[in-house]
Amino acid sequence: MAKLETATDEAMLAEQVRQAFKTRTSLEIMGGGTKLTFGRPVEAENQLSVGGLSGITLYEPAALTIVAKTGTTLKEINETLAAECQQLPFEPANYAGLLGSKGEPTIGGTIACGISGPRRIQAGAARDSLIGVRFVTGEGEVVKNGGRVMKNVTGYDLVKLMCGSHGTLGVLTELSFKVLPNPETTAVLLLTGLSDEAAINALSAALTSSYDVTGAAHTSRGLDGEPVTMVRIQGFRKSVKYRSEKLREVLAQFGPADIETSARTKAGWKWVRDVEGFAKEKGAVWRISCKPTDGPKIVADLQSLDISNVLYDWGGGLIWLAVPEAGDCGASEIRRAVSNHGGYATLVRASVETRRKIPVFHPQAPALEKISRDLRQKFDPAGILNPGRMAPAEALELEES
Amino acid sequence: MSTIEMPAPDRSIIERRGEIIAALAEAAGEENVISDPAETLAYECDALAAYRCPPLAVVLPHTTQQVANIMKTCSRLGVPVIPRGSGTSLSGGALPTADAVVLGVSRLNRILETNYDNRFIRVQSGMTNLSVSDAVSAEDFFYAPDPSSQLACAIAGNVAMNSGGAHCLKYGVTTNNLLGVTMVTTAGEIVEVGGPWCDPAGYDLLGVICGSEGQFGIVTEAVLRILKKPEGARPILLGFNSSEVAGACVADVIKAGVLPVAMEFMDGPAIIACENFAQAGYPTDVDALLIIEVEGSDSEIDEQLAKIKKIAKQHKPEVMRESESAVQSDLIWKGRKAAFGAMGQISDYMCMDGTIPTSQLPFVLGRMSEMAKSYGLAVANVFHAGDGNLHPLILFDANKPGDQEKCEALGYDILKLCVEVGGCLTGEHGVGIEKRDLMDCQYTEADMEMQMRVKDVFDPAWILNPAKVFPMETSHSRRTHNQPEKAA
Repeated sequence: MAKLETATDEAMLAEQVRQAFKTRTSLEIMGGGTKLTFGRPVEAENQLSVGGLSGITLYEPAALTIVAKTGTTLKEINETLAAECQQLPFEPANYAGLLGSKGEPTIGGTIACGISGPRRIQAGAARDSLIGVRFVTGEGEVVKNGGRVMKNVTGYDLVKLMCGSHGTLGVLTELSFKVLPNPETTAVLLLTGLSDEAAINALSAALTSSYDVTGAAHTSRGLDGEPVTMVRIQGFRKSVKYRSEKLREVLAQFGPADIETSARTKAGWKWVRDVEGFAKEKGAVWRISCKPTDGPKIVADLQSLDISNVLYDWGGGLIWLAVPEAGDCGASEIRRAVSNHGGYATLVRASVETRRKIPVFHPQAPALEKISRDLRQKFDPAGILNPGRMAPAEALELEES
Repeated sequence: MSTIEMPAPDRSIIERRGEIIAALAEAAGEENVISDPAETLAYECDALAAYRCPPLAVVLPHTTQQVANIMKTCSRLGVPVIPRGSGTSLSGGALPTADAVVLGVSRLNRILETNYDNRFIRVQSGMTNLSVSDAVSAEDFFYAPDPSSQLACAIAGNVAMNSGGAHCLKYGVTTNNLLGVTMVTTAGEIVEVGGPWCDPAGYDLLGVICGSEGQFGIVTEAVLRILKKPEGARPILLGFNSSEVAGACVADVIKAGVLPVAMEFMDGPAIIACENFAQAGYPTDVDALLIIEVEGSDSEIDEQLAKIKKIAKQHKPEVMRESESAVQSDLIWKGRKAAFGAMGQISDYMCMDGTIPTSQLPFVLGRMSEMAKSYGLAVANVFHAGDGNLHPLILFDANKPGDQEKCEALGYDILKLCVEVGGCLTGEHGVGIEKRDLMDCQYTEADMEMQMRVKDVFDPAWILNPAKVFPMETSHSRRTHNQPEKAA
């Protein structure tokens, strides 16, 4: 794969894509390069870097709005926001450790992969914070959608369509976000020794309380090897104290909860957010999205799989599973179990051969597969953008023009 | 006289009226088809009542399967379909044409599943917004989006327009609270998109369906996020001598890290109209009123309001009054939620819906009043200050020749101003027909082309709500070419 000259602005990038469209030359899109192995392996002739499109173009703290070019690192955005005591609502994760890659994740890559962290249950997903995009289509046209205001229903919402499309509908060039104030303080309630089922019941009790939980996770193997269940409360000092005590009462039926307010809480949630417990784990890693109370049931259905690690986030609605990299990595059993209960399973980490062999993304109903295929055809008629990333490239039929 | 054009009805369709009505009766049951002109008249308009046209027929199915049969029938016969929730659209989203069938979802009004542990409810889309909250209220849950029309508006329309409300500063709009839909495609296929879980399987189709103004399919069921009610909520009223100062106060509250559930703004004319209507206890001698509401336990509310009051004091408010009882709080909101009705008692008006970056608030308010003056019209302002979603109400006299045209022209100028300062044409009402011809102020040909290509995927023949959202010329070739038998 040849690397194209790094574009320094949107116009140059659009020209590169236009040329690629004319010559039917496929492109792998690269931001920080930390998530190139997320998805099916891309089968492309050239690599198109967006790293040259970098920098924050607008930041208005009082309007809770930030606009950044696609190649801006998450680190730069987080630091800029932190200087004004603000943050991205969806708590973006860094999967470099999990995927064994190097470098700094960019905002464009984070959005292209649609990655949301623990606060997703309270503040919404990446797609909910994203309020505007500019992108280059597969024909090299520059298109914008949404804008820089947080309430906008003008025309169709292509912003959400672009988020999580893994670069297969266009090359993102600029993104606008709604931001939130940083909480004044954080408290975490910790329960230990719970079974998966009891833990998820405890998290449900917390999430269905009035106390505005911003994180709800459980691991059967915490830092000291024991099961730990975590509930996070954030906000103004007095309020956090009040709510954490109220929640301790709510959770009393599941056991005594410790309330932790030290800086350690930050590291704990980073551990959940970045799936750090799985970084050193060998084997394939699955990510399952389901109804929270189905989480433990799905895991129980998979006892035959030799699961080496499980992490529940989003109150049980997000399950991380590590399984041996052998055969189909449990794909048929996992997808059967997930389909029985409802939800989706994505193969986030596996070898190139495995990801080529097994559908990385959950197979959809034929009608939805067709809509997705047709959309791709409309946005990238020649199928040159990240071919193969979400579906095998040969499934894309080039329309006669 | 109306100034927004609709395409001339296709005579070849109108001539086949008898055949079409018979086919609809077969598809959905005779008892669910309305064809008597005296009865179809009730469906001639929505809340943009200046524009009216009785449809060819109306069909009110009871089941998703009937909706599928209707869509198959209309696709086969090449008849345009206008989806309708409760008909409360302010942008003409449910306006029919004489050659179209109105497909209303009002009889799809059942709750299908309530799941408190997993915080969702699955409902048929004809349920009203408020009835969803009411259905879970006994368990102290609620559905967050709360458009002013929530007593009447249907979930189907909320999904179509991605409706907002006063409390979306904290809780988001429809798209942020919608987990899944059951949708009937134009081909009559029933598809499930999303569900009561957090991530999509592939492309975020749900995200692009929400807000597609009834142009992609008929949503018959929705899975909605429900939330536990906060322990309590309390509004505070702040009166200022100028809109600029009120705007600066809003900015400072947000900058200080307080995120109220709602920050509503009214200017002088709106305050007086609302007070006369609702006796909400608003001060009528100030130029700008803010209603700021915070939530939590009593002590949490006290903590947040103390911060807000401290900030407000720096801006020297004329009035600063905290609600002292649930009755007072209800009254304060009654006044705000009745704003459109209250203005309607005084005058005919058109309600605009642009959004601007909040930093542009003082400039836009000043410029708007200059523009109104030059047209010889008055404007009252009621809006969501926290997110910059303006609702200028332009007052006019429908009986005075030329006044409506003048009002629409001023409305267009105001919306263009919103776009010029970095905002958008519509924050929560949708484009419909009302802002259709302004789309090219905000979007380039290429921007609109990509949007229309998405419609091409969902509705290849462009039979669903066809003459909306895009300027008539921009969508012309698609609306005609895709139906070769109708090309004139």
